Amino acid sequence: MNNLRPDLAIIAGHVTTGARVLDVGCGDGTLLAVLRDEQGCNVHGMEIDAENVAECVAKGLSVIQGDADRDLVFYPDDTFDYAILSLTLQTTMRPDRVLEELLRVGRRAFVSFPNFAHWRVRLSLLWGGRMPVTRLLPAAWYETPDIHHVTIADFLAFVAQRGIKVERAWFLSGGKRIGAVAANFRAEHAVFLISR
Amino acid sequence: MATAEIITASDVLELARPLPLDCGQSLEGVRIAYEAYGTLSAARDNAVMVCHATTGDQHVASPHPITGKPGWWDRMVGPGKPIDTDRFYVLCANVIGGCMGSTGPSCLAPDGTPYAMRFPVITIRDMVRAHVALLEALGIQRLHAVVGGSMGGMQALSLAANWPDIPERVLAIASTGTMAAQNIAFQEVGRQAIMADPNWQGGNYYGTGHAPDAGLSVARMAAHITYLSEASLTGKFGRRLQDRQAKSFGFDADFQVESYLRHQGISFTSRFDANSYLYITRAMSYFDLAEEHGGLLADAFAETRARFCVVSFDTDWLYPTEQSRRLVHALSAAGAPVSFVELSAPFGHDSFLLDVPALDRVVTGFLSR
Repeated sequence: MNNLRPDLAIIAGHVTTGARVLDVGCGDGTLLAVLRDEQGCNVHGMEIDAENVAECVAKGLSVIQGDADRDLVFYPDDTFDYAILSLTLQTTMRPDRVLEELLRVGRRAFVSFPNFAHWRVRLSLLWGGRMPVTRLLPAAWYETPDIHHVTIADFLAFVAQRGIKVERAWFLSGGKRIGAVAANFRAEHAVFLISR
Repeated sequence: MATAEIITASDVLELARPLPLDCGQSLEGVRIAYEAYGTLSAARDNAVMVCHATTGDQHVASPHPITGKPGWWDRMVGPGKPIDTDRFYVLCANVIGGCMGSTGPSCLAPDGTPYAMRFPVITIRDMVRAHVALLEALGIQRLHAVVGGSMGGMQALSLAANWPDIPERVLAIASTGTMAAQNIAFQEVGRQAIMADPNWQGGNYYGTGHAPDAGLSVARMAAHITYLSEASLTGKFGRRLQDRQAKSFGFDADFQVESYLRHQGISFTSRFDANSYLYITRAMSYFDLAEEHGGLLADAFAETRARFCVVSFDTDWLYPTEQSRRLVHALSAAGAPVSFVELSAPFGHDSFLLDVPALDRVVTGFLSR
């Protein structure tokens, strides 16, 4: 099969064949290429970095250089069966608005993010008194693109408050699936499938 | 350019039927000069049409017959190059209104004298209508791609909007769906320079031995500045003086940049017709794909099934990224598969013609799948 990042493999495994998909923050287009080539999806991407967009175009993908905070507004309602936001939520200026936009342009959305309440993060803050630098949060505080840290509990509270439905949730630690028990403590990384 | 008839070694198609124009008139006996590279496949499915910019011509990858310089996109079109002539049958036609063999104001009207200002005002869509007639004559129903920068991009977009069944891929580089006020303004300066030259003679300068070279030259100088970036002018010339140690306290070309521009202006007049410059820039200023389609740019692309790729450059202030973005948003709203990238290059609007490796990668990738 493919060598997708674990969260992307989960997403790819649950996107229905032939679906219309938008990957926001699609990077070099790895997930989109898999969805197109192996699942016959109609794929589109948005990516902020020009080099990455050039790489996507070279793969024959339709990718727009754009900013999740600013450019989702230009898609009509319900353009996509799925909107995907993988490891990008915590880098946006207004994650709340981006999530609302995702569920406007897509009928369902996959959202994955590093869990800031993972025990390693907690330890780093509690015992070291330092901002954590971990596998999923590799940059120091002054240069990290992750400007809106979020925990699994925060995310669940947010979607409940906004009336957003969680259809499925997956939790990862060390790249492996783990159960939902104490996920906010044990999971490094969460993937949610949400809908209106 | 004071002659009326241009000899071209390019292939020339003479249209059997009159070409209807947006202004309501039609043109009889239209000639279209074009260059072709590569081999058309038996299935006729590997044709790529390249559309030239304002002062370009059909010599996209073959030496210019007057200047002897390599084709204007020699770096992009050829065997093994991004627009690969080993794989694609690449066509490039001189636009109508031009002066390199296609019917334009310097050509003879049916009464045997040059059209001059009797040539009808044409539009970008009229240029494309002529391209479509050429494709029909060559038996090409579908294009693998249509590609163009600047005014060439406008033609590519116009083809997709008005003949949606022809192109499978549309690549518009440093271009726009609507000519902006600033661009209209610069081109008006150029036209006024030409028409203010007494040698213009109301456009009837052919055969008089006097052409409005001074006016055309000024038009070219003004336009040339808009094709570059402030950084590229500074980098290339700075405030360096031309062949002298001190300022002359006169109005010679003291500065290298002045000398360069004068040279650009003068050499341009040896290969371009002033009336063609008027007509082609007029066509550009009339270009507004939204207006053509009820005021909404997205509606221009309602029928197309083509894939689009839109490229802008960060130093291009003549066709800035914002204009490409507007186009991309319209294409997205129309549901068209579209890619967009703003590439970083130091050369201003001219970046699309120059050495920008990232552009090569985008063009190669977009055409290959």
